[in-house]
Amino acid sequence: MRSSRRISNAMDRWGNLSAKVRMLSMIERKIRVLVAKPGLDGHDRGAKVIARALRDAGMEVIYTGLRQTPEMIAAAALQEDVDAVGVSILSGAHNTLCPRIVQLLREQGMDDCLVLVGGIVPQDDLVKLKQAGVAEIFLPGTSTEDIVRFLRSNVKPRE
Amino acid sequence: MPDTKESSSPVEAEIERWEQETLAPALEKHPETKKSFQTVSLEEVKRLYTPADIENMDFIRDTSFPGEFPYTRGIHPTGYRGKLWTMRQFAGFSTPEETNARFKYLLEQGQTGLSVAYDLPTLMGYDADSLLSEGEVGKCGVAVSSLADMEVLFDGIPLEQVTVSQTINAPASVLLAMYLVVAEKQGAKWEKISGTLQNDILKEYIAQKEWIYPIRPAMKLVVDTFEFCTDHIPRYNPVSVSGYHIREAGATAVQELAFTLRDGIEYVAWGVKAGLDIDRFVPRISFFFNAHNDFFEEIAKFRAARRIWAREMKERFGSEYERTLQMRFHTQTAGVSLTVQQPLNNIVRVAIQALAGVLGGTQSLHTDAYDEALALPTDRAALIALRTQQIIAEETGVTNTVDPLGGSYYLEALTDKMEKESRDYFQKIDAMGGMVAAIEKGFPQREIQDSAYQYQKAVERGEQVIVGVNKYAMTNEPTEVPTLVIDESVRTHQVERLEQTRRRRDSGAVANALEKLKLAAQKGENTMPATIESVRAYATLGEICSALRDVYGVYEEPAF
Repeated sequence: MRSSRRISNAMDRWGNLSAKVRMLSMIERKIRVLVAKPGLDGHDRGAKVIARALRDAGMEVIYTGLRQTPEMIAAAALQEDVDAVGVSILSGAHNTLCPRIVQLLREQGMDDCLVLVGGIVPQDDLVKLKQAGVAEIFLPGTSTEDIVRFLRSNVKPRE
Repeated sequence: MPDTKESSSPVEAEIERWEQETLAPALEKHPETKKSFQTVSLEEVKRLYTPADIENMDFIRDTSFPGEFPYTRGIHPTGYRGKLWTMRQFAGFSTPEETNARFKYLLEQGQTGLSVAYDLPTLMGYDADSLLSEGEVGKCGVAVSSLADMEVLFDGIPLEQVTVSQTINAPASVLLAMYLVVAEKQGAKWEKISGTLQNDILKEYIAQKEWIYPIRPAMKLVVDTFEFCTDHIPRYNPVSVSGYHIREAGATAVQELAFTLRDGIEYVAWGVKAGLDIDRFVPRISFFFNAHNDFFEEIAKFRAARRIWAREMKERFGSEYERTLQMRFHTQTAGVSLTVQQPLNNIVRVAIQALAGVLGGTQSLHTDAYDEALALPTDRAALIALRTQQIIAEETGVTNTVDPLGGSYYLEALTDKMEKESRDYFQKIDAMGGMVAAIEKGFPQREIQDSAYQYQKAVERGEQVIVGVNKYAMTNEPTEVPTLVIDESVRTHQVERLEQTRRRRDSGAVANALEKLKLAAQKGENTMPATIESVRAYATLGEICSALRDVYGVYEEPAF
């Protein structure tokens, strides 16, 4: 009994310690997000609101600007060493562009880099995008706080 | 005489009395539900408006009669009693064949004008076979890469009789040229054609961001179309100065009003500088506004817009000609207000927004389809949108009298306030050296971004309610709506016609025409004649825009 309690206490302490270490490393390294606008669409209200909300939540945000090809987005993600790429797209070209962004990220070894999509995506395409490796799709009406929460709980802590 | 204390008017004394005797006990029993009541633009609204709020207003000077300066109550003395607004539903998707069929369907259903939506490659001046067009052909509108597509788009639609509005900006002069050549082939006389080219490049840099060339050469292209239309298509509106996109990007109602009207002033100034006669070209400048959720704020915005325009044309430019002073505008309900959640609720939103447009005295109206937060509208959704207008026009009785809300204390006070706040913006923009300079500094862009963020935060705090989204949300929504799906076969179809067009045309004539166009652009001459010649020779949109890109360069947005 006593020894098992000691062990469990020790385990708790260890657990707390490792949580603290995790938290410390999280503090040292803020979550880095690339907000990207692929395709020809110029509607950047959503992208800019999200970028600002993520910054206000303490993340580091890089915005690509408009009309980036999947290749440009993947290259920026690698160069900026981001934890997640948030793709804003409203034009209907998501089925062509988003899977390619995921594929290019994986090809350059960014296996843990989350790809989030925000914009107008019909129900039927949600599954397709997830199968292609998109971590989550946020439809119009999403609270920026939900996106912050999603990133905080899904970005993998770095070694 | 009752004791008026320090109050200046009998009304104010009465207000004080009412507050003490009637209001205070009521508030004690039933406090109000919120501390602050705000419009959708986050503007504070008072509990009550009375004659005291419009004390400084002069009926003849500020409101007057419809059809008379400053046109607050409308430009037509009979309002809608003489002529209803034009029901002009924006449509365009997939191939020119498909959109042509939708146009004919809408005309059969009683629609009175057409409005073309082009796809993103067309808006950006790329052909369907450009690498950059992949995934985008026919998605947000109809794909048009050359005259061959335009011929199909208007096949069987008599352009001398039907007025057509074209939503096209950066490459507007090219699409205008295609339209004119198609009309000519139908045997229509240019002098008889009427319609509208959006051609509002300033709001692209400010809000919608579908640009090609740097701002100043792009403005030169707009002035070219002013000059050409004034001389050759006198009934055509070469620009529709648009607040719609500014609002959709997150602007408040006042920002929409101020930036749009200041854009209008900028076009007039550039036209005058180029030597155009103000009273020949300004009467053909039209406007385009958003009709958002806040009912009274929107109606006040439309009334203020007419008054500001009339005063600016008179005071700033010295015009006395009534058609220069009269603002005509198109209205579209707010796409941004539509929700994916419980989409049928959008039918109600659209009806109320459309009613605001009508009570504000719009000349033409587009009502959004309820499925537009999901995809482009299906036939069924587009039909309900049109029927909404017809119900407002023919069942509600709001068209029976002119400016029915004129004289409302709240509305008149709001109209006045919006005019004042717009003028504050004008002063700031004038001090920067005009709208082009203000855009180069990123001023309107930053103001809009800020408003968009403040609004988002207000929604997330629950201060601004969106039914079905942050209140009355449902986890299992009962309605599933069918949506329009456009697949990649559209691109194949369009690329085939493009290849056929390239094979059949006289390539020498194309090269000559494009060379002439470049020369005209280099010399600062009017580019319209050479653009028309290029279009006639079946040069593609992408080729024509490339020729101009070679001369003008391309716009790169600075980071704001």
